[in-house]
Amino acid sequence: MYKGSYEVLLEINDLYKEYDGVPVLNNFNLTVKKGEVVVVLGPSGCGKSTLLRCINGLEKIKGGDIKYRNKSLIDKDVNWQEIRQHIGMVFQSYDLFPHMTVIENITLGPLKVQKRNKSEVMEQAKILLERVGLLDRQNSYPRQLSGGQKQRIAIVRALCMNPEIMLFDEVTASLDPEMVREVLDVMLGLANQGMTMIIVTHEMSFARAVADKIVFVDNGSICEISDPDDFFTNPKAERAQQFLNIFQY
Amino acid sequence: MQNLGINVLFKGSNMLRIAEGLFVTAKIAFISIAIGSLLGIVLGVIWTCKSKWIRLLCRIYLEAFRIIPILVWLFIFYFGITAELDIHLSGEITSVIVFTLWGIAEMGDIVRGALESLPKHQIESGKALGFNMRRLYLYILIPQAIRRMLPGVINLATRMVKTTSLVILIGVTDVIKVGQQIVELSRLEVPTASFWVYGFIFLLYFIICYPLSLLSKRLENKWIG
Repeated sequence: MYKGSYEVLLEINDLYKEYDGVPVLNNFNLTVKKGEVVVVLGPSGCGKSTLLRCINGLEKIKGGDIKYRNKSLIDKDVNWQEIRQHIGMVFQSYDLFPHMTVIENITLGPLKVQKRNKSEVMEQAKILLERVGLLDRQNSYPRQLSGGQKQRIAIVRALCMNPEIMLFDEVTASLDPEMVREVLDVMLGLANQGMTMIIVTHEMSFARAVADKIVFVDNGSICEISDPDDFFTNPKAERAQQFLNIFQY
Repeated sequence: MQNLGINVLFKGSNMLRIAEGLFVTAKIAFISIAIGSLLGIVLGVIWTCKSKWIRLLCRIYLEAFRIIPILVWLFIFYFGITAELDIHLSGEITSVIVFTLWGIAEMGDIVRGALESLPKHQIESGKALGFNMRRLYLYILIPQAIRRMLPGVINLATRMVKTTSLVILIGVTDVIKVGQQIVELSRLEVPTASFWVYGFIFLLYFIICYPLSLLSKRLENKWIG
């Protein structure tokens, strides 16, 4: 049931990243095609988040290459402000801008960075808000919202830039358990619409439901790339078996 | 009828002169606060850069105004620099220059503190939306920092208003100097003149500074509440 096309959006070759001499990502190779949903799993501190941060230019890489649409992202003259409009990212912390209302949060980027037409942006923002069930909160301030609501708004805010790829960095990790579902539902909806996504998560059943491809990472390199059903029923790497056993209770 | 001390205030053109003196005080204070705040924001933004040398330079600038009394700065500019460069600066201009430089330094430190207290995630989520540094500061960081730094700014403004009383020492006739002149002229006639005149000036300072405190309280409630 592979639904990705053959058009390659992102190509990571032999990526190497270190913090103060300690390697965090090593010999990392990954290809993401348009429409594909890649879920990155692995123990804490294995480099999953760093991977997403490298793709979005929040961390400088030390070796190897990341290519977006065949354009290398390690060149000195890379315009990250331009690239980041195509590669959206949502973080673990609900990092809405506290001094702005929901609708202002969502439309700030499209209006100020992309200089788009205001009525068109407002219309799109409202459609997206409607889709995540929060249209009635458009004039609320972030402090008036629950964690799950804030995280859904953060997703809408990234989507309103019309990105081609979305990166999700443990977006449900600091949510109360009963709010995790509403956020995952939004992401699953996106996947079904064909959004290309790279998701770092610890929600195993969600990973299995949403992924086209599971990438299991340990100690900064890929141990296994496989189909989700294969991975969860019959993991090949020994480290992956141990990892999955932790989640059996 | 016994001569009431309070009448000193209304004798001749005394009230008008006090008003003129108050205007000088207010002018020096508010020009310095206004320019100091604006340029202080610029300094604060520069201060948050990564360069160790620029940060050190900003620090030295601030400490120079913290360690050396403002009175000494007034003397340095009024007597020292004017003589050295062979130019003439009026007392008022000198006062505005010194108070502005002081305001920029203190304001820069307040802005730096407020910017650095913002969560790092605010910067990253702004960057992830394609903001460049200029837009990041303009739309996301500075508006949030302003809310956080309000108490410090109001405190600075009232301190600056009060410290303008030093300008009489470089020959500026501010509200206190006018008061002094009136008291000296009428001391023989009205022995309690100093109580009434200085008491009235006390009230005037209160009238200038208290609205600032009120304003800050109101804005804080509106933004943070």
